[in-house]
Amino acid sequence: MTILGIPVQALFGQLLIGLINGSFYALLSLGLAVIFGLLNIINFTHGAQYMMGAFVAYFLLHGAGLGYFASLVIAPIVVGLFGILIERTMLKQLYHLDHLYGLLLTFGLALIIQGLFRHEFGSSGLPYDIPPILTGGTNLGFMFLPRYRAWVVVFSLVTCLGTWYAIERTKLGAYLRAATENPALVQAFGINVPRMVTLTYGFGVALAALAGVLAAPIYQVNPLMGADLIIVVFAVVVIGGMGSILGSIVTGFGLGVIEGLTKVFYPEASNTVIFVIMGLVLLVRPAGLFGRER
Amino acid sequence: MRTKVLLAAVAVVAFTVPAFAEISDNVIKIGVMNDQSGTYADLAGPGSVVAARMAVEDFGAARKGMKVEILVGDHQNKPDVGSGIARQWYDVDKVDVIVDVPTSSVVLAVNQVTREKNKALLVSTGATSDLTGKACSPNAIHWTYDTWALANGTGSAIVKTGGDSWFFLTADYAFGLALERDTEAVVVKNGGKVVGRVRHPFPTADFSSFLLQAQASKAKIIGLANAGADTTNAIKQGAEFGIGRGAQQFAGLLVFLTDVHALGLDKAQGLLLTEAFYWDLNDQTRAWSTRFAERHRGARPTMAQAGVYSAVLHYLKAVEALKSDDGPKVIARMKEMPTDDPVFGKGKVREDGRKIHPMYLFEVKKPSESKGAWDYYKVRSTIPAEQAFRPLAEGGCELVKK
Repeated sequence: MTILGIPVQALFGQLLIGLINGSFYALLSLGLAVIFGLLNIINFTHGAQYMMGAFVAYFLLHGAGLGYFASLVIAPIVVGLFGILIERTMLKQLYHLDHLYGLLLTFGLALIIQGLFRHEFGSSGLPYDIPPILTGGTNLGFMFLPRYRAWVVVFSLVTCLGTWYAIERTKLGAYLRAATENPALVQAFGINVPRMVTLTYGFGVALAALAGVLAAPIYQVNPLMGADLIIVVFAVVVIGGMGSILGSIVTGFGLGVIEGLTKVFYPEASNTVIFVIMGLVLLVRPAGLFGRER
Repeated sequence: MRTKVLLAAVAVVAFTVPAFAEISDNVIKIGVMNDQSGTYADLAGPGSVVAARMAVEDFGAARKGMKVEILVGDHQNKPDVGSGIARQWYDVDKVDVIVDVPTSSVVLAVNQVTREKNKALLVSTGATSDLTGKACSPNAIHWTYDTWALANGTGSAIVKTGGDSWFFLTADYAFGLALERDTEAVVVKNGGKVVGRVRHPFPTADFSSFLLQAQASKAKIIGLANAGADTTNAIKQGAEFGIGRGAQQFAGLLVFLTDVHALGLDKAQGLLLTEAFYWDLNDQTRAWSTRFAERHRGARPTMAQAGVYSAVLHYLKAVEALKSDDGPKVIARMKEMPTDDPVFGKGKVREDGRKIHPMYLFEVKKPSESKGAWDYYKVRSTIPAEQAFRPLAEGGCELVKK
């Protein structure tokens, strides 16, 4: 049985692959959405921080002999701390200014970080192996599903839903959301708003680094890995709605699936389909699919 | 009487000054243009610049009184950036010859500009066989290898050993399409068939969906008509999906030493590939490569970088013989003079601008067979120069007299 000339079996395979790619988009756009939604900063350094997460995993393996699962915990913390450092020293000065200043600063930082890594490590990439426990796969009949890719989907889903729950359903999340709406009032209640903001930025950055560690065994660990991905992720966030956590998760997975389908029917367009959709969505709903007008 | 003798002496001395008056601005300017920082940076990139400098030094430009300057340009794999740099170099900076130029879409554009400005182009890394076919030009020489030679080497060797059904995974731009076309012709000529193909954007990070299509086709051979990071990513991700062990194998149609280095031997072992040069072929290549490695962070040279050395060396010899750096004249002289250097040995340049030399079919060693870093290849066969490249008559080049 075929749909538009593609056997149904093959189509299911591609949908699953799309879901896997979508989990990277979802994880990364979640970090961006958290940072923008709660801090109003457009964090262009996200791609570079994703790349740093992958590199930290590589260094941990080759320098300290620490494997993949240890890196999943340590790399986000390390890069998150670096993010906190950026926030404390540079971003803090820009909160009262227009969005654009934050964008320029983070974009410049991204270029510097990427340039330094590329100068040091070249552009071919460094190898990072899939941890032995996650190698191999299962034959699902319509496709061979690598175990590691299944792990990526599951892990991303859990992380995304966990984050959404923490922000939308817990007291801490409530404080964060309130602090975004009216920082002065929330501070008057005795809550340390600047520290919350700093930690939130660190958390968003840690999410990017986590995605980097997840990506390291599949894509080569290379200084350009963030640059390639970040533009697409921004499109995802714009489509989902700049401030909406749930929006970025749903859109991330959804667009991954759509991109996967494009790769089957018209592969040459797979790089651009997300931007076409972004254009269309912006025409119809400028705030994004799940966004709120600010 | 004494004045006359003095005048005569002065005249004699004046006329014995070396007549380099035809070298434009008295400086030979060589522009090395390639991808300095992206997908193709490690196989050519800064290493090609090192090779060019070595050629200038080994030629002895300084002690011959010839001034040679090397410029470096990063075309970022984009044809518009490449032609912009070429125009600036030719018009403003008075560059005489551009060398290297990976990325076939860029090299075709630069080839056009070079012809327009009547300068010279020596292509080392760019691959499309069209450069000596329908795009052939009296201003250019295609030095190191081309898509036809790759197809002829790797393609026919694989079909002859049983790989008779192919699925192509092709980078969707000039190079990938040329390589796919040339390899398909070889496969069909040797009795094989092509059961499918998919074109992926250049560059691509994630091949999972394309690999799935390749698996579904049940072809015995998945031909990778791409290069650099695209090839290594496809092979690496293919291993996840179980490709390479068993019924389906990859055919790396263009693989450089640096790609094998990035992949690691346990993923790359058994790959068949065709190259024009390997550092460990003989004493001459070994000696040259050691000198190169000392200047390039211990990395051994790829055939692309070796090609830049060979091309620049021969170019300078031609300029010296001709006493001029006029583009098409030097190219014509380079075609007349046989080539000889430590990296390719003896060879020559044909009238269609194709340099010929032997090509080698290599197999990547198993980890147990390798004695250390960069010891990656064993020679499976040597293809003699006359057979390695497309016959003169078949190219459709207007420079070839019928």
